[in-house]
Amino acid sequence: MSSVAADPHAVHAHAQHHPSLAHQFDNLDQQRESSTLGMWIFLVTEIMFFGGLFTAYVIYRSQFSAAFQAASHHLNVIMGGANTAVLILSSLTMAMAIWAAQVNRRKLIVVFLILTMLLGATFLGVKYFEYKEKFTHHLVPGPNFEFDGPDPQHAQIFFSLYFIMTGLHALHMIIGIGVLTWLAVLSWKGRFNSEYHNPLECAGLYWHFVDIVWIFLFPLLYLLGAHAH
Amino acid sequence: MSKSLPFFPDAASSVAREVDLLFLSWAVISVFFTLLIAGAIIYFMVKFRRRHEDQVGEPERAALALEIAWSAIPLLICLAMFGWGTRVFFSMYRPPADAVEYWSVGKQWMWKFQHPEGQREINNLHVPVGQSIKLNLQSEDVIHSFYVPAFRVKQDAVPGRQTTVWFRATKPGVYHMFCTEYCGAEHSQMIGSVIVMEQGDYESWLAAGGNTAQPMTASGADLFQSLACSTCHRVQGDQRLAQAPNLVGIFGRQQKLSDGRTVIADESYIRESILNPQAKIVAGWQPLMPTFQGQVTEEQLSQLIAYVKSLSGDGGGAAGGGSNQAGDTAGGQTDAQTPQTAGPASES
Amino acid sequence: MDYTTEATTFKSPPVTAPERPNYLNAGYTLRSWLLTLDHKRIAILYLISVSIFFALGSLFAMMVRLELLTPSGDLLQPDTYNRMFTMHGIIMVFFFLIPAIPAVLGNFLLPIMIGAKDLAFPKLNLASWYVYNLGGAFTLWALIHGGVDTGWTFYTPFSTTYSNTHVIAVALGVFINGFSTIFTGLNFIVTVHRMRAPGMTWFRLPLFIWSMYATSLIIVLGTPVIAITLLLVAAERLLHLGIFDPKLGGDPVLFQHLFWFYSHPAVYIMILPAMGVISELVAAFSRKRIFGYRIVAFASIAIAVLGFLVWGHHMFVSGQSIYAATVFSVLSMLVAIPSAVKVFNWTATLYEGSVSYETPMLYALGFIGLFTIGGLTGVMVATLGFDVHVHDTYFIVAHFHYVMVGGTIMAYLGGLHYWWPKMTGRLYNSFLSRISAMLVFVGFNLTFFPQFILGYLGMPRRYWAYPPEFQVLNVLSSAGASVLGLGFILPLCYFGYSLFKGRRSIDNPWGAVGLEWDTTSPPPTFNFDVIPVVTHGPYEYNPEQVHRVTHPEEAAVV
Repeated sequence: MSSVAADPHAVHAHAQHHPSLAHQFDNLDQQRESSTLGMWIFLVTEIMFFGGLFTAYVIYRSQFSAAFQAASHHLNVIMGGANTAVLILSSLTMAMAIWAAQVNRRKLIVVFLILTMLLGATFLGVKYFEYKEKFTHHLVPGPNFEFDGPDPQHAQIFFSLYFIMTGLHALHMIIGIGVLTWLAVLSWKGRFNSEYHNPLECAGLYWHFVDIVWIFLFPLLYLLGAHAH
Repeated sequence: MSKSLPFFPDAASSVAREVDLLFLSWAVISVFFTLLIAGAIIYFMVKFRRRHEDQVGEPERAALALEIAWSAIPLLICLAMFGWGTRVFFSMYRPPADAVEYWSVGKQWMWKFQHPEGQREINNLHVPVGQSIKLNLQSEDVIHSFYVPAFRVKQDAVPGRQTTVWFRATKPGVYHMFCTEYCGAEHSQMIGSVIVMEQGDYESWLAAGGNTAQPMTASGADLFQSLACSTCHRVQGDQRLAQAPNLVGIFGRQQKLSDGRTVIADESYIRESILNPQAKIVAGWQPLMPTFQGQVTEEQLSQLIAYVKSLSGDGGGAAGGGSNQAGDTAGGQTDAQTPQTAGPASES
Repeated sequence: MDYTTEATTFKSPPVTAPERPNYLNAGYTLRSWLLTLDHKRIAILYLISVSIFFALGSLFAMMVRLELLTPSGDLLQPDTYNRMFTMHGIIMVFFFLIPAIPAVLGNFLLPIMIGAKDLAFPKLNLASWYVYNLGGAFTLWALIHGGVDTGWTFYTPFSTTYSNTHVIAVALGVFINGFSTIFTGLNFIVTVHRMRAPGMTWFRLPLFIWSMYATSLIIVLGTPVIAITLLLVAAERLLHLGIFDPKLGGDPVLFQHLFWFYSHPAVYIMILPAMGVISELVAAFSRKRIFGYRIVAFASIAIAVLGFLVWGHHMFVSGQSIYAATVFSVLSMLVAIPSAVKVFNWTATLYEGSVSYETPMLYALGFIGLFTIGGLTGVMVATLGFDVHVHDTYFIVAHFHYVMVGGTIMAYLGGLHYWWPKMTGRLYNSFLSRISAMLVFVGFNLTFFPQFILGYLGMPRRYWAYPPEFQVLNVLSSAGASVLGLGFILPLCYFGYSLFKGRRSIDNPWGAVGLEWDTTSPPPTFNFDVIPVVTHGPYEYNPEQVHRVTHPEEAAVV
């Protein structure tokens, strides 16, 4: 192998380097590959994080299936279904934002990012009304919990899991919207183009992941009673 | 118990010797390998010490055979010890058929015991020597763990479920009993003694103890009446008035549930059905039963379970009056009546 | 042996030579430290934080050992005692043992050892230090307001319902600290994958890097699970969302499954980096390639993978099915094999080596001995019939201290002594450091070996008072702890002295090979003046003795 030694101090002196290239990397390719790999590893941690909850869900559901089915009937399938559609649409607009960066359409990036955020906000709005409904119907676990079906004790576990899982999911959405806001500002300033748009790609990975979590949550929580025997 | 400096615990149960043997074998293996490694290190340190400042090591000699040997030999030793250890473990957790059932409830910070004859004790447990004893463990609050070092047995008492441990004491004496699962401020005060007595001494202790308590099954039968269980679960009389399954002979049998599944009517199912009756409804019955969560204590639960078991002629003391006909029991639950547990249950 | 003359074998550069630019003299302001993105400076920041938490954890251990001097607890109230051992466990596990080697030695060395200018994400690295301190702040807040008494295991329903202490604050502290661990692990994985110098293939990586990589895999896969588990505990306490409380229909044993799914692999988060350090030390002080390099490398990965399949061996008496226990037992036997292989390979490395007994090597050899005992007793407690008797007794306490203190801390101290000249550019007192290594070894054995006997006699752990026949062994243990404490205080003194007054070290005082010894001591901000091109494996002592001196001006001195 030939000796292609690079002086790290010289790297900083060079003017031809991309302004977005961080000091520890040799070139934009290495930087992009690293960020993308880092994002995937982060998503692995997220899978393990939600995985703990899904494990608890699976165990309790198999033990108390009757209670879980009865409790599931109290969730609003229409709202949940509509939210599923909204999220899938938001994944599309997120992908479009990245496409816009790839074809150097600065304003279009911002438009699609804002659309994505609006769809995310719609999801959270619907979620707010769902939560409110649970409060008025005393379906929030705690001393005021009331459940007229069989086995209210384990129905309460269902609702505990429901609130924790959807709550953490909603928290991820809020964080996602925050990240997208920041990226929209950067996009408006023209930071992203076909050569450099890795932050958009990483944010996109995150957004799609949050979307996929919901794709699992929706049938597990909402559609449980739909096939009751 | 010896108060001098001990290096080895008393061995006073049927499994203790085997556990000690397992331990000593491991100790010998461990000492051998530790000395082997330490010896090799010290020898190499001296033999191959650096003799001048610039000396470097010899090139590595590949020795695949060596690598395979020192992977395979420990593996074989481990697997052999695993097999032995598992055999001991199974014998520790599978009570013999003739085991007599005792009950225990752990709470912050005491152990409550009840003998099959009804005798109650706190933090002391008197048992006859040579008799296999199956101890049913429950907890009223947090997780506790029942541990008698001299017996080499230990089992957590987990709230919300029943666990069991069994032992057969082989040597009369007084032995430590500890709680080994950290349970709060007075964890280290949740200790007591197991007093192993000769059979005759045990019987006179029982007799002298001013035993006014009823046997478990009798208390259970009383509860069955006072909680009005018998209104729906009619164990005798006209079954046409029954709103709920007749419990005679169900213990240990498979029950068909309303959702098509089946369940073995064991301790945990009876327990669940009392605390959370709607969870598993037997096919053909309406979900009418109210929950008894918060209305019965852990001890009362044990008594009710003991009573329901007795309706199937099963272990844990005397069978309910006239309901001894069902002899079919699940494997491992079969229990011959032992003389000292006989006593008629009151069936008012 | 005359240590003073021996110390002169370390060569010092002439005092008149101007100081070369390095990461330490790159800036002297507080800001240049607190906002640094240099992995080496962040490692130093971590060294300071981790040392403070170690001192705190040791203080609690001291209280525990003092209390146990007498059978009837008469020094502390039982409530206070319970807080002491709980805080000792939480601080030592989450704030010292887990971050110690990766965040200090790993942070400093990983980029240098693979020939990179920095970690892949320097800002994330700095953030990880701040997050670590934030988590620590939560824990300290709880400590000042009365502490926590659940044991470091947070078992439910005691932690969710019955404890009256600051469980939520500490759970959040550990939760937040988990992020800092994840940031470090993520950074290491990406760096090892993407930032290696030209020619640095996977099988040219030093074994320390392999072990850091395996550790990072466990961190990334395991830490999120403890995060969600502690979050559920906090939610159950705060909002009465019943998941684990049997009174709310939950299952307390589910908590144990989730907890140990992380916390057993966490044991390997603590010991794998230590094994990596030992591989470096044994190679350097035998001046020989590690015997069976590839096997040792793959053993790290095998431990990381198998480590995820054995959590149930913490629950043999919790009422889980005896068949599940059987499976967990046999898998636990399997995970012991790669560890045993490592021990044999280190020992075999000494054969025909050029073995010297510098302080780091004393720690390394001590590690091998103590880890052998810790590992063997580990296989013992994986044996079902035996574990029932010693579960939750002092046998377990002794076993894991042999692994955690005899293993991780010995390796950490060994690594610190080995790379100290690299990190600071200065030497420390060779005589005192050997004394301290001896004190640690002797004190450690005196502290923890009696606990094996105590455990087999049946003394349960977490006991504030105990039957009088256990006293003699407890007094022995407490006496040993004071020797051990002395062994830990001594390095603080001579390292502190070395930092300001220590003699300058040459770049490679040990005559070791490896990229970290090819650069200057202390290294420049971007680690290498010229990015190296790697042409051979990590421990090539034999054919290339030229490696020992790298700078012309030093060659003149030598």
